[in-house]
Amino acid sequence: MADKYTQLVNQGLGKNVAKRLGLPQPALLRRYRPGQPLIAGPVVIQGDSAAADQLGAELLSWDLDVRRHAVPGEKLGAIILVLDEVERPEDLGRTVLSAAASLRDLAPSGRVLTVSRPAAEAGSPAAAAARQGIDGLLRSLAKELRAGATGNGILLAEGVDITSPSALGAVRFFLSGRSAFVDGQFLKISDAGGTLPEDPDLPLAGRIAVVTGAARGIGAQIARTLHRDGATLVVVDLPAAGDHLAAVANEVRGTALQLDITRADAGQRIIDHAVQRHGRLDIVIHNAGITRDKLLANMDPARWDSVININIAAQLRINEALLASEHFSQSPRIVTVASTSGIAGNRGQTNYAASKGGVMGMVRATAPLLAEAGGTINAVAPGFIETEMTARIPLALRETARRLNSLKQGGQPADVAETIAFLASDSAGGITGEVLRVCGQNLVGA
Amino acid sequence: MSIDGQSATGPDETARPTAGATALRRAIVVGGNRIPFARAGGAYAKSSNQDMLTAALDGLIARFGLQDERVGEVAAGAVLKHSRDFNLTREAVLGSALSAETPAYDLQQACATGLETVVGLSNKIKLGQIDSAIAGGVDSASDAPVVVSEGLREVILDLNRAKTLPQRLQILSRLRPKDLAPLAPGTAEPRTGLSMGEHQALTTAQWKVSREAQDELALNSHRNLAAAYGAGFFDDLVTPYRGLSRDGNMRADTSAEKLASLKPVFGRNLGADATMTAGNSTPLTDGASTVLLASDEWADARDLPKLAAVVDAEAAAVDFVHGKDGLLMAPVFAVPRLLARHNLTLADIDYFEIHEAFAATVLSTLAAWEDEDFGRTRLGLDGALGKVDRSRLNVNGSSLAAGHPFAATGGRIVASLAKLLHAKGSTDGRPARGLVSVCAAGGQGVVAILESV
Repeated sequence: MADKYTQLVNQGLGKNVAKRLGLPQPALLRRYRPGQPLIAGPVVIQGDSAAADQLGAELLSWDLDVRRHAVPGEKLGAIILVLDEVERPEDLGRTVLSAAASLRDLAPSGRVLTVSRPAAEAGSPAAAAARQGIDGLLRSLAKELRAGATGNGILLAEGVDITSPSALGAVRFFLSGRSAFVDGQFLKISDAGGTLPEDPDLPLAGRIAVVTGAARGIGAQIARTLHRDGATLVVVDLPAAGDHLAAVANEVRGTALQLDITRADAGQRIIDHAVQRHGRLDIVIHNAGITRDKLLANMDPARWDSVININIAAQLRINEALLASEHFSQSPRIVTVASTSGIAGNRGQTNYAASKGGVMGMVRATAPLLAEAGGTINAVAPGFIETEMTARIPLALRETARRLNSLKQGGQPADVAETIAFLASDSAGGITGEVLRVCGQNLVGA
Repeated sequence: MSIDGQSATGPDETARPTAGATALRRAIVVGGNRIPFARAGGAYAKSSNQDMLTAALDGLIARFGLQDERVGEVAAGAVLKHSRDFNLTREAVLGSALSAETPAYDLQQACATGLETVVGLSNKIKLGQIDSAIAGGVDSASDAPVVVSEGLREVILDLNRAKTLPQRLQILSRLRPKDLAPLAPGTAEPRTGLSMGEHQALTTAQWKVSREAQDELALNSHRNLAAAYGAGFFDDLVTPYRGLSRDGNMRADTSAEKLASLKPVFGRNLGADATMTAGNSTPLTDGASTVLLASDEWADARDLPKLAAVVDAEAAAVDFVHGKDGLLMAPVFAVPRLLARHNLTLADIDYFEIHEAFAATVLSTLAAWEDEDFGRTRLGLDGALGKVDRSRLNVNGSSLAAGHPFAATGGRIVASLAKLLHAKGSTDGRPARGLVSVCAAGGQGVVAILESV
């Protein structure tokens, strides 16, 4: 559910008043439901590289209405700027400006997508400048979009085609309602790994997934989302949260494992449970985490240590057990929950930000270790998400925090869960070591 | 054969073959789930038996992924039961995540209810009548039925049958103020008028069980239970409920001194010889427990764990009305009969789970088994049945610490014992063996043997 203010300004009188007073008008975001069309309206592809043609052909095969030239006045579902061959900053103008004319026609919850190559891998300073320029361009454009429309970028590593499974998987993710609260972000496709699902509505069919911290909030929603996408679930939470955990397990037709993840043998117990019931383990979602906020000057060892232990040390120990297990070897996926606090910092959260920064460091360093088994590890960094936890923030602070992003609203637990489900899918097999923010392009940590 | 004509309680059935043993399947304990037990009037004061049993079932379903499963049969019961709960177990099944096509029945055998559901359902599995089952029990001393007086009840029933207004007025005129006072449920034995505690006080005195020994047993119960919680033993046996994640009665920090300071509450007419206190007696408790039972095939097909097999069971009853034996001493007779049927002695048992109705119940039972004369004259043996190795007794605590929601105790014990046995595996080339003993009102008792798988 959207927050009360967002509901108010999206109907009759409230809408009028907000408009006349110039108040922020957050949109009701289009969110994914199985069976819904991938995108509402035609997709315009701008750019003259081979990749633009290849992508156009691919999207046609998805039964999308693909255009190479926009008809003014017609509402568009998405605008894709294919810029993978830019060599100099001057190359950007033609494609960007031809897209510019279509921006006013972008439908509510429309999508702008750039396809380009990483600046760090450029062969010349001019190419690097052109590629890095796309970063600034996209992030600015995303802030100009309205009515729930978002802008994101796909970075194809050298040698990776737009037709590789993960590039297409990312295109599908960004076009769909699954990415409703992902805005102003780039996602790098590292290699040509991954496979596209037989049924796009069941991308996790046949996969065995573990979600920690699943008794409530975002964790419970992750479990529901993975279940909806076809996965078989093992849900994990503290023994003391077992009643909520049991309710989630019964809802998602999975099994409940009451376990303190900080126990030394937690990783092995997770593996043992999954192997006993399902013979193996494919997906692990490290969602369990706590906050114990205090200014560092007032920090006590208990607050510091518990946050570090639960939010990062436990994940490292569990990953060690997973990496050593023969049962975690069929295109394994680890997705962990970081935080924008770990990127930009947050007053009163030195311990939390240290742990979440640690998560991102862990993800980058673990990626090559998992690659040997064809596995990937990625992190999702949520911004302001409407949960029981953020509902306890004092009203004024909460209201400010949830409006401080391009979509002018807090995200839903489902938004985090959708992104995690995508990164856990087979079609994300070419994406690893990445941190993807789900923050509505939060002004913090941009 | 017994030598004094006590065939009703002697080992006169040792010759009975374990009927068609070759044709019988094994009944396996897959695991269990219970809600933490709460002191009466505490965390579950507003919870009904059906609420608690449903919660325990849902926790079990979640643990083993049994959603929408059509289980062969569910049996459970409650000792303190409202008349509206005539189909308590089936109603709990309908409220749970199990398939609505799962049949269920209620069973009631006082405090042995929970264990008897395990025994009865295991037998059905062994016979091949069902492949899976959930045994359980629940009791609420908080939400106990309150009954109207006999006078008021007769008036209401007669009113219902009356046809005219004058008839109704005439019937109503029979009401007296005292008829309006509700009757609280009593725990006194109907044939003696004595409460269970007073009955045990007689037995305690008969077997000369000391206050110190009772307090020591109670202290061990609390310490063992707290240690088991600390070690995570109950992580996959208990699911929190209504804000409680551990048994509300447990006092991890109790001490011999604290227990010694309590005043006797039962047998006070014995004066200085009164030994039974609130500390070494179980409190009134609310709670529910469940046990998942299955054939090997059913468990294997679902990749479920197999902890222990339910080997055999025996029920016994004593004539407490005429004072021949103590009210809670029936297991004293059931155990030797069961052991004899399997050519076992107490030394062959790796874990003893003797329900702590009162510390003195356990100690009286042990005393009777150690008594040469009792063994000869009452059990029909050559001497004493034997000594229970105390290091094998209630190793993870029992009812004194956990509490005792009457019908839920059997399920608590069976699930915990099955997990213990599985962890022990085999000893001396044979499966680890456990003995469960539960005494019950009416002078009854049910005992069972489990074996590790």
